[in-house]
Amino acid sequence: MQADFFAKKRRNSLGFLLILGAITFGAIVITEYNLVKGFESLPRAVTWALGNFYPTQESLSRLPGILNSLLETLLVSIAATTVGASFALFFAVMGSNTTRVNAFFGSISRGIATVFRNIDVAAWAMILLFSFGQSSLTGYFALFFGSFGFLTRAFVETIDEASGGSVEALRATGASYFSIIFQSVIPSSVPQMISWVLFMIETNIRSATLIGLLTGSGIGFTFNLYYKSLNYDIASLVVITIIVAILFIESISNYVRRVIL
Amino acid sequence: MTALLEVNHVSKQFGNDSKALSDVNFTVNEGEFVSIIGPSGAGKSTLLRCINRMIDATGGEITFDNMNVMNLKKKELKMVRTRIGMIFQHYNLVNRLSVIENTLHGILGKKSTIAGVLGLYNQAEREQAVRILSMLGLGEHIYKRADQLSGGQKQRVGIARALIQNPRMLLCDEPIASLDPNSAKTIMDHLRTISSQMGITVIVNLHQVDVALKYSDKIIGINQGQVVFNGSSKDITKEDIQRIYGSEAEDLIFDIGGIHAS
Repeated sequence: MQADFFAKKRRNSLGFLLILGAITFGAIVITEYNLVKGFESLPRAVTWALGNFYPTQESLSRLPGILNSLLETLLVSIAATTVGASFALFFAVMGSNTTRVNAFFGSISRGIATVFRNIDVAAWAMILLFSFGQSSLTGYFALFFGSFGFLTRAFVETIDEASGGSVEALRATGASYFSIIFQSVIPSSVPQMISWVLFMIETNIRSATLIGLLTGSGIGFTFNLYYKSLNYDIASLVVITIIVAILFIESISNYVRRVIL
Repeated sequence: MTALLEVNHVSKQFGNDSKALSDVNFTVNEGEFVSIIGPSGAGKSTLLRCINRMIDATGGEITFDNMNVMNLKKKELKMVRTRIGMIFQHYNLVNRLSVIENTLHGILGKKSTIAGVLGLYNQAEREQAVRILSMLGLGEHIYKRADQLSGGQKQRVGIARALIQNPRMLLCDEPIASLDPNSAKTIMDHLRTISSQMGITVIVNLHQVDVALKYSDKIIGINQGQVVFNGSSKDITKEDIQRIYGSEAEDLIFDIGGIHAS
């Protein structure tokens, strides 16, 4: 009986590995990917990057322009996140099982958030291109919709996790709905929510670079411009500034998290 | 003595076929200390929450202070709730706020929405909170954050939050289930004092039969949603305990003879 149980478990693991292997092999055959050639080309790619993809003395003269568009991207990301967060807070309070007004409004607001979350930021950018054309406004709205959907979900979970007990206690004292929200829900969930907003800002700065390629704005567009015109040295400078900016923002948000949590 | 709380034919059904409470009847007099005991899942918590309508009973009648709790409107229900304090197993405090803020939460029910939202409390209310906290032995922890306290101290903040409501009755849902024996004794002693000296009616859900017998005037035994014992704690017999827990009384880890002797 016991031997059977463990033998069955081993058979299951083995079967799972076999299926995984079969899928991998099938995918390689269908896409005509040559495993050996793929790995062989890696060193060549590195050699090329080392030979061409580094900033030179002249490319530094373009730095002010690059920093300008980087700043635009950063500000758009932060603005989209914070505005998205305030809408998300409202929808999360409506959608959380602990604080919703009733089941009907609860499922409506969670439904809206789910739609916004499940459409990817890049897909939003393409949809919005039709209405707003190639401008930073398109990027802004794409990031805003994506952040709104994701943050609503994160905030709902934060509220449920952090304030279930104290909400029950305050309801039992006869406190009004808004007193409960402001005296119990917000104080217990704010640090976790700020942490989510910081995470969203970091994510959005990364996505904003890609969105910029689509919408022709910000640092993504700058990179595309120099890359397409074969100015690899300046393009690499763009990449370096992006990496530095992301590391900088991340260290700031880590610091803020340490202080508030 | 007058009856403060009357529970008549109360039943509660979750979903289609699981009956949490069926035809529960009992009365609680002004100033009485009542323990509700019974096995896990017998419906103790559900019963307690039906009294202040944190859970809506599906049938029967509950009268608190000559008012029928079952068909109150939202506003009247809040009024009734301001006069019933509630204490929880997991304390249910706002961990990131201070002890005094958590205590003052007890009077939010009497405040206007604006004052409640902004947390505006006047001098008299703050002094009242300090007085209650000192009485419960928390005088030096007033400005500490709730999550810096020990379990027993947190539960005392829970009691302070209930007492500042100036309640007629306290509902305590397993108040000592997460506490060590020393803290548990402190909490039960405070509840006993509240009942006998302040004249506040106390209803406690308990797991510990010996504690229930030692502290309460009256015991209500529940098994599978039905009241199987209702009487003075002095009258309870081995057979009654057996009926409540549905097991051989010898198997339970306490000595009923020892309790009655002391």
